[in-house]
Amino acid sequence: MRVEVDVPKCVGSGQCALLAPDVFDQREEDGMVVLLDESPPVELHDAVREAAVVCPAAVIRLVEQ
Amino acid sequence: MTDTPDRVVIAGASAAGLSAAETLRRSGHSGTIMLIGSEPVPAYDRPPLSKEILSGAWTPDRISLRTQADLDALDLDARYGVAAIGLDLATRTVALSDGTEVAFDGLIVATGVRPRKLPGAPARVLRSLDDALALKDSIGPGSRLVVVGAGFLGCEVAAVAVGLGTEVIVVEPAAVPLAHAVGEDVGSMLAQAHQDRGVDLRTDTGVAEVVPAGVRLQDGSVIEADAVLVAIGSLPNTEWLVGSGLTVDNGVVCDEFCAAAPGVYGAGDVARWDNPLFGTSMRIEHRTNAAEQGMAAARNLLGAHRPFAPVPYFWSDQYDMKIRAYGDLRGHDEMRVVEGSLRERRFTALYRSGDHLAGVLSVGMSPKSMRAWHRAVAARAAWLEAVPDTPSSTLGATA
Repeated sequence: MRVEVDVPKCVGSGQCALLAPDVFDQREEDGMVVLLDESPPVELHDAVREAAVVCPAAVIRLVEQ
Repeated sequence: MTDTPDRVVIAGASAAGLSAAETLRRSGHSGTIMLIGSEPVPAYDRPPLSKEILSGAWTPDRISLRTQADLDALDLDARYGVAAIGLDLATRTVALSDGTEVAFDGLIVATGVRPRKLPGAPARVLRSLDDALALKDSIGPGSRLVVVGAGFLGCEVAAVAVGLGTEVIVVEPAAVPLAHAVGEDVGSMLAQAHQDRGVDLRTDTGVAEVVPAGVRLQDGSVIEADAVLVAIGSLPNTEWLVGSGLTVDNGVVCDEFCAAAPGVYGAGDVARWDNPLFGTSMRIEHRTNAAEQGMAAARNLLGAHRPFAPVPYFWSDQYDMKIRAYGDLRGHDEMRVVEGSLRERRFTALYRSGDHLAGVLSVGMSPKSMRAWHRAVAARAAWLEAVPDTPSSTLGATA
């Protein structure tokens, strides 16, 4: 799995960082998404997929390999 | 599971319906998924309509929630521009506006809400992309806009419109805008922010009807306008469920698993369900809830049997203020600013209901710092633990 984020669309809700804190973080100043791991290990894939579904701005795109 | 539904119908193709469809596929559902959407296009994001779309910062192509390739990969039987108009639980069929009937083993009700309207002449509302583009065409320098209702939607539109040089009058029946949602102190702060930017905010003012020249107030006077936006809340789209046997009471009534009947689940703006975290029934029109509840409903349709107990979250952009809130602030007993100040319009405020921390709202603070409060609300933290320095004398009697 490869993770892509469209940062300018991010609204800083932090849902991704709550669901998968090892993969997503937020910038301190404005809460925009910070991608920590663009190829997360398989045990995190479910949490990452959940984050992609619930992201309120459709910022997270997954390329399943 | 032995009774996994083969044919799933999802009535409603916006954020909740899309989330349900994706969750079904991700959970291994290999049967058919029929996605029925009353709008003629696939799901798009609504929060930007009153922000980036209205201001012109974004073009409409930016708000698609998924690419066509992503949608194709879900292998949906998608029917756009078609509405669900009837439900028969005995035959397990949904009647569609194109005259056809479709059978289901599992159904997800995600038909959303529509704007409440006022009597009289036609006025603008803001729910769809077309609504936003039409409103955008009628604001700007030299134009006068009356916004009826100073809720979050009305306030966001007022902020964008005044920023584009529009003369904006906001008419609100309550004394303090948004007081029911965020409390009087925060509501007053927001009202002042709008007035500082030149919005003519008229509180304690009820509108009787829309007239061709503008709006007629309850005292009989008329405010003239080039355009009128009615932003006085929404009504759940449940008419198609009347007589079906499902309980409809300001939304389709669901249990803590989002179930409205065996094999029938509700999700998104249209669903009222029992949130076990707060021990109360809720119907939430927040963007994040739509996606989360679509996911929960789909999982439970497949047999997960997991209560849906989210911490509600919403955000609002008004001028340079980023407002973010977690929890259930409605009907709170006390609000306390714990960081920053209302005067600076930069603060974190905690909300108490009974003995518990019910929610948190911040303006202009680091969103990251909100996560600890989210955890505290999710853990049903006691107020006195969340605010350890609270003098007990200010707490008053608690339920």
